[in-house]
Amino acid sequence: MSATPPTHPLFAARGNLRRRRRVNRVVEISSTVAALLAVAVLLIVVFSVFRKGVGALNLGFFTKSTPLFGASGGGIANAIVGTGIMVGLATLMAVPIGLLVAIYTSEFAEQRVAHVVRFALDILNGVPTIITGIFVVGLIVIPQGHGSGTAGAVALAIIMLPIVARTAQEVLALVPETLKEAAYALGVTRWRTTLRVTLPTAAGGLLTGSLLAIARVAGETAPLILTSFLFAPGVITDPSQGLASIPLFIFQSSESPSPESHTQAWAAALVLIAFVLVLNVIARAFYARSRQRLEG
Amino acid sequence: MNPAEKVSESPMTEPQREPRAEPASSPRPTIAVAEGQAKATRGRTHRDVGTVRLEGLHAYYGSNHAVRGVDLVFDPNEVTAIIGPSGCGKSTMVRCINRMHEEIPSARAEGKVVLDQIDLYNSAIDVVAVRRSIGMVFQKPNPFPTMSIVDNVTAGLRLTGAPRSEMKERAQDALQSAGLWDEVKDRLNNAGDGLSGGQQQRLCIARALAVDPEVLLMDEPCSALDPVGTLRIEELISQLRERVTIVIVTHNMQQAARVADTTAFMLNGEMVEVGQTEKMFTNPDDDRTEQYVTGKFG
Repeated sequence: MSATPPTHPLFAARGNLRRRRRVNRVVEISSTVAALLAVAVLLIVVFSVFRKGVGALNLGFFTKSTPLFGASGGGIANAIVGTGIMVGLATLMAVPIGLLVAIYTSEFAEQRVAHVVRFALDILNGVPTIITGIFVVGLIVIPQGHGSGTAGAVALAIIMLPIVARTAQEVLALVPETLKEAAYALGVTRWRTTLRVTLPTAAGGLLTGSLLAIARVAGETAPLILTSFLFAPGVITDPSQGLASIPLFIFQSSESPSPESHTQAWAAALVLIAFVLVLNVIARAFYARSRQRLEG
Repeated sequence: MNPAEKVSESPMTEPQREPRAEPASSPRPTIAVAEGQAKATRGRTHRDVGTVRLEGLHAYYGSNHAVRGVDLVFDPNEVTAIIGPSGCGKSTMVRCINRMHEEIPSARAEGKVVLDQIDLYNSAIDVVAVRRSIGMVFQKPNPFPTMSIVDNVTAGLRLTGAPRSEMKERAQDALQSAGLWDEVKDRLNNAGDGLSGGQQQRLCIARALAVDPEVLLMDEPCSALDPVGTLRIEELISQLRERVTIVIVTHNMQQAARVADTTAFMLNGEMVEVGQTEKMFTNPDDDRTEQYVTGKFG
């Protein structure tokens, strides 16, 4: 019994088996490193933005407007207001339409039509945002003769639409068929079932999709360069004029020769990244709660 | 087990029936298990409405012929059980009665389903109205998770635009009929999905009863419940038989024997045999019925 030969197949680390174990080890290590790298990139970005930007953060930075061309001092009040107005208008346009598209594909459309719509949304989601910007230039800016907050908002809405619609589709698909059946069996019509049963059940997840879309477009720069690039002093709230925005403030300030502007660019980047991070965390929390409810 | 108003009266006298051709309606003595259980009385012992007649009913899923020409009558004063092996078409057949079958893409049905002289497959019929007259309880309890207990019960009323005035009264009535009132009366505004599985299923029964249907279809209502929950539902069925026509699909033959007056056996989409429950389980006419009820297949 104790004389089991070491050549017995149950003894590991021989020939083929040893090689397979080595390959396994290599794959394991390299994938772990890749995962760490992804997390490290985020941490490095957040940390360096924080370190370089935090010095310029003070109350004035939030309450004062950007001074004209290269003058020092001031803040990003106009950019915050501009971004708020444009993202807000874009949300008002994209969320209702996106939800309706999702309701159509998941509740009313035939399978084949739904597939086509889903595919179209994925393509739209993949369109480079600069192209969306050019499209809006042709659609609104040229006929109007000048860029405007409205034009910027339309561009952002086009970018938001597929994100809202696709996440809403995913969430609506999670609502159990048995709940809809329960409503149909009570003699409730299809539309009322959607409105009173399906949508409330999916509400958390729908909110998540909208928040993620907002977080995504808050930092969009390219379409705004084309549609709402105007530099006026003071806070402007009229969306028919060009509006300032945080991403464009970062862009301009970092192009400026003065080191003070660079610090301000970092500070604005910090504000933007903090906003996006907070939105993402809130969105995840809603989604987790909604999933819990749906999977009961 | 129930509120005081449900006085136990003398056991239901066997109502006089005209002899009919269909085997389902042949007069029968009350089966032993149903006796002695409290009968809910709502002022009527014999119902004239709520007769459902299937005539040459066929149902399809795409090219799959799931129900193959079923003729059957559901007597309003009886509980009818549909038994048969998995995939024999019993759920499909029942879902044809309230036209839920057609909710499934590519599904369609042919033939007649007649509720009190009206063919429900007539093109002038409003599907939504059909479902208000013929309620349904599903395999898995499916209360609406976003609604409170009382809102679940009144969902059928609220979502179909009924007046709000009697809502509370009807909710209480439905919950009492479903034997759930005493358990939930102090927490009517709590979430419906906080109840136990059996309570949730009775909540679903209350929800179906609240719109006052003439027929109640139950598609394996106890398959997701524990024995205690199952017993409560079975007691409930024998109380509700005087309020609605009950059709229950079940995998469980003991359950059919306990609750049903008439039992129908389906196999491969066809109705093999229909008869009074006792006879179906002791001395069926068809060999296949005999084999199924004695456990030789299925």
